[in-house]
Amino acid sequence: MQLKLKIWRQKNGKSKGKFETYYLNDVSPDMSFLEMMDVLNENLMLKGIDPIAFDHDCREGICGSCSMFINGEAHGPDRLVTTCQLHMRKFKDGDTIYVEPFRAKPFPVIKDLVVDRSSFDRIQHAGGFISVNTSGNTQDANATPIEKEDADNAFDAATCIGCGACVATCKNASAMLFVSAKVSQYSLLPQGKVEATNRVLNMVKQMDEEGFGNCTNTGACEVECPKGISLENIARMNREYLLANLKG
Amino acid sequence: MKKITYSLNYRKPKNSYNNDDELMVCLRSYQKLNNGKFRVVKKSTGIKCKLKDWDSDWHKSVARNPIKSTDENFLEKNRILKDKSIELHTKLTSLFLGNVKSDPKNKTTSPDSTKTKQNGRGFLLDSRVPPGPIDQKWVTHKNNIRLVSPSNKREIDIIVVGTGLAGGSAAATLAELGYNVKAFCFQDSPRRAHSIAAQGGINAAKNYQGDGDSVYRLFYDTVKGGDYRSREANVYRLAEVSANIIDQCVAQGVPFARDYGGLLDNRSFGGVLVSRTFYAKGQTGQQLLLGAYSAMNRQIGRGKIKMYNRHEMMDLVIVDGKARGIITRNLINGKIERHAAHAVVIASGGYGNLFYLSTNAMGSNVSASWKIHKKGAFFANPCFTQIHPTCIPVSGDHQSKLTLMSESLRNDGRIWVPKSKEDAEAIRKGHLRPIDIEEKDRDYYLERRYPAFGNLVPRDVASRAAKERCDEGYGVNKTGEAVFLDFTSAIIRYGKEKAHVKGLNENDKELVSKLGKQVIKAKYGNLFQMYEKIVDQNPYETPMMIYPAVHYTMGGVWVDYNLMTTIPGCFAIGEANFSDHGANRLGASALMQGLADGYFVLPYTIGDYLADDIRTGKISTESPEFEKAENSVKEQIDNLIMNSGTKTVDYFHKKLGKIIWNKCGMSRNEKELKEAIKQVQLLRKEFYQEVFVPGNAESFNEPLAKALRVADFLELGELFAKDALEREESCGGHFREESQTPEGEALRDDKNFSFVSAWEFKGNPAKAKLHKEKLNYENVELKTRSYK
Amino acid sequence: MLYSTIFKKASMAISGLFLIIFLLQHFAINITSVFSGNLFNQLSHFMGTNPLVQFVLQPILIFGVIFHFVMGFVLDIINKRARGRRYKIYKGNSNASWVSRNMIISGSTVLAFLVLHFYDFWIPEMDYKYVKFLPENPDRYFEELVHKFEDITRVVLYVISFFFLALHLSHGFASSFQTMGFNNKYTVLVKSFGKLYAFGIPFGFAFIAIYHYLNH
Repeated sequence: MQLKLKIWRQKNGKSKGKFETYYLNDVSPDMSFLEMMDVLNENLMLKGIDPIAFDHDCREGICGSCSMFINGEAHGPDRLVTTCQLHMRKFKDGDTIYVEPFRAKPFPVIKDLVVDRSSFDRIQHAGGFISVNTSGNTQDANATPIEKEDADNAFDAATCIGCGACVATCKNASAMLFVSAKVSQYSLLPQGKVEATNRVLNMVKQMDEEGFGNCTNTGACEVECPKGISLENIARMNREYLLANLKG
Repeated sequence: MKKITYSLNYRKPKNSYNNDDELMVCLRSYQKLNNGKFRVVKKSTGIKCKLKDWDSDWHKSVARNPIKSTDENFLEKNRILKDKSIELHTKLTSLFLGNVKSDPKNKTTSPDSTKTKQNGRGFLLDSRVPPGPIDQKWVTHKNNIRLVSPSNKREIDIIVVGTGLAGGSAAATLAELGYNVKAFCFQDSPRRAHSIAAQGGINAAKNYQGDGDSVYRLFYDTVKGGDYRSREANVYRLAEVSANIIDQCVAQGVPFARDYGGLLDNRSFGGVLVSRTFYAKGQTGQQLLLGAYSAMNRQIGRGKIKMYNRHEMMDLVIVDGKARGIITRNLINGKIERHAAHAVVIASGGYGNLFYLSTNAMGSNVSASWKIHKKGAFFANPCFTQIHPTCIPVSGDHQSKLTLMSESLRNDGRIWVPKSKEDAEAIRKGHLRPIDIEEKDRDYYLERRYPAFGNLVPRDVASRAAKERCDEGYGVNKTGEAVFLDFTSAIIRYGKEKAHVKGLNENDKELVSKLGKQVIKAKYGNLFQMYEKIVDQNPYETPMMIYPAVHYTMGGVWVDYNLMTTIPGCFAIGEANFSDHGANRLGASALMQGLADGYFVLPYTIGDYLADDIRTGKISTESPEFEKAENSVKEQIDNLIMNSGTKTVDYFHKKLGKIIWNKCGMSRNEKELKEAIKQVQLLRKEFYQEVFVPGNAESFNEPLAKALRVADFLELGELFAKDALEREESCGGHFREESQTPEGEALRDDKNFSFVSAWEFKGNPAKAKLHKEKLNYENVELKTRSYK
Repeated sequence: MLYSTIFKKASMAISGLFLIIFLLQHFAINITSVFSGNLFNQLSHFMGTNPLVQFVLQPILIFGVIFHFVMGFVLDIINKRARGRRYKIYKGNSNASWVSRNMIISGSTVLAFLVLHFYDFWIPEMDYKYVKFLPENPDRYFEELVHKFEDITRVVLYVISFFFLALHLSHGFASSFQTMGFNNKYTVLVKSFGKLYAFGIPFGFAFIAIYHYLNH
């Protein structure tokens, strides 16, 4: 099939950036979106044009590197997939496809479609862990039974891949789904309860300092999340945060 | 046995001395040679000690010294003794490992030397495995190795390259112990390392299921699964610390699957006879990596780890024979940076991307390992590659990456191709559908060839069988490189069971099929969904198509028992080293090894090396060695950028992958391996003449980063083929057509090839020199694997 | 803490819930006007003269209203800033409802309505009581009400505003519970009740307006 691609080009973080139009023929519907981008890049390079920079690594939907805003949606029109798992059969011959980077103040553009998501890392540094030494001198893994439901919920929250689609798609560029997934995972497990109060306070503080927007419960993040992280996590974090403040 | 001991130099029988006699203190060093004999070096120290002041039990604790406090100058004397012993230790180490050639004493010929014509030198590599019974080795070793005091750790810097399971856990633990850690990864966050993509689970000898599992059994399974090409002591240690990993991860908040009683659940994996695999749905690797990442986060927050994201290691810097730092390239702005440290840990994973198409991430590369190889680290068993039988087949030339489908699918799926080539042809052309082929016209070739194990034969066997069928012209997709994995019989079987339980009509085909699909969905729902997204076929209705793909590399940088490479101060852990999996890795063991190395092995063994460095002070990056390394990196980059070629980097990578896959893939022979060597050499030449790298060096430039990685793959490819050529036996993932049984099964040659091939770099891969580490099996009996 | 996102959001939720409760009380009194002018007069007289209502509850209410609006605008500005450069194509409809994404529009409409409403009732009331100090007449309320709804333009404006109020509430009700950390098996109930409330009350108000327009 033939495609008209309107892709955001930006030399570096300081330059202004604009859309460029490219045409691509002979796109196979079996290609993944990123493979289509590979073909485009090969063509551009042979013509002496700087290839389009984009983040990608595992190409099986788990590393969370890929981050494209395709035709107005984070990771494109398919649900529960990342950009790398999106296939061209979701598009029609002759389609015009707009590709933009994930946009948010705390995700500054590095080049073209590559953004800097280190703000997510910094939020995790602030408290995304359980303070246990890695000495191996811990108690036996089965010493504390954990209710299956709690373990399963913790797991569901823990499947977040940190891609930033929630921020990209939220009309407020809020990072609540990401942060709450981490807070929830730990607060649901007995091991993580001990320092739950400090964790939620520190992580929320860091999140605010990074300049993310406020949650207005539109629920877009849950829909666009490639891992289907639930809004319940946000409610849990709100609750924990407010209670933590009451405790002082 | 201790490497180095102190003793008094008695010149006449012991009992003829009295307590006030003064004797000279001597140092003795014992080095076990591969022929079983010991080499002893005795050295006077110039320190005298009265018999009554001599503590003959000094070796019983690390805190004790040979001269008792009853001696006036005991502090000074002990300090001198210690210094002398360190000096001797370092000297012997470098003599024995670094300059094998120049040391005339090393001409000890091993009894097996006649069989290794090309390198008459025999088995020279010393793995420094501690003596003693296998279950005591690690404990004794830990008790005896030297430690660095907490106050000194603060003065010591360590560089960790790579932040997957091995690198992440090592960085976190080293930082927690008090060292200053600098960690590097090329991704935008440590959490994105490719360990995250591991699906199945992690083995541990916990025996929670009470099914007779034990450390020994895990050890045995791993050695046997590795086709007897791994180092016994390392594997035993791995099995020993495996239980700790689970405790550690649970304490860190890793949400492993649990049963309704709240206790940890296990599944069985890869043909092993016990259930010892811990898992978190199909995302175990992700959860474990996030656990290690969280431990890192804690240390980053405390300032003990300095994290460098989007940095690629470009070279290792060696000062005075020791690894003292690295040169990196900042992938955002192209800046070349110098980083110094007292030790360098390489945890950069495997090199499966040599094949271009593999289940590895796009960025996975060999560069860090290859750079240290070029600086003196031996590269072991490069040809040992695992090819996983159940991956989604290649759909066309545009393919950039292959996706793995969990091995667990073979529990219920039956693998087949049509019996006649005409049917296969018709399916390829789309004239026939797989369900049109009648039962009698299908060839369930695994069940035919291996009646005992059927579809559950090990990975290497299943992969080769699929290739054999497709090469014969029975392949079933457009490219002719796929076989069917069919769930129909499982659906009917489960459906009938379900109908029986529910008291419904077992002969109602539609009902049975509906019920059966429900069961399959509950078991493999997410995998089926993934398949459908990628292939756009409904695997509940039509059989899946699968084909083998490169998945893991057992080979890697050679390391001793302490995980140190042949460069003093340079360590390699995780998939980057070679030690634990032999010629074939068992399922769910990669995660175990990465975490064992990072959490529980390296943090102890690195102290043994760093104990010498407590008085070194900060390492400067201003030395001529750093200058030289930086300049050579800049020169390499400039050459690539300035090159006025016409072909893109991917052109070469794809071509290299094709050569390696076709000639050094699932089965190998002398003729093709020799051709491969030639072709890779030519391709490398062409690369430097013809490659075109756009943009400049001072900006975000992915093609440049790729070109630098492919340049290293182009060198590794040749060594890979050379190693495969040298190993004239079939073992594990390495199948030499010349070495097979009349029935076409792999034939191992323990008499001639029971060794690790460790290659020394000598200017270019063609000149690489082979060193051998003999593999001794004292605790398991060597057997031929049979799955008939 | 006071500057944290979650606290700001929680204060929005609390003030919103407070206004929702006020709305119920307001509606309860107004609906009496449909079947009994006398009862309406009595209740209005009580509310209009009781010092507790006038000097304690009324300032709280006014503060709540102002707080809710000001905070709403503040948050909206912060949120817009957090995005930075806008997307060229943004398919908001594909993953979230129009209502949830446009609370600022429905809210602004309600604010505009409040200005009108204050101009209609509250300012004349204040003028009557505290500026001109006119003598209290317990029967004037019903007449004033009826008088206001003689004008078709006003009735139409009111009905439109009530529609936007309904939209605003339909997201705001359940959303405030989520913000306060309430999301569990009862959430379905909260959501359905929220929808019922969000459309029921404004519909009721609209009914009152239309009723008086048609009957007098």
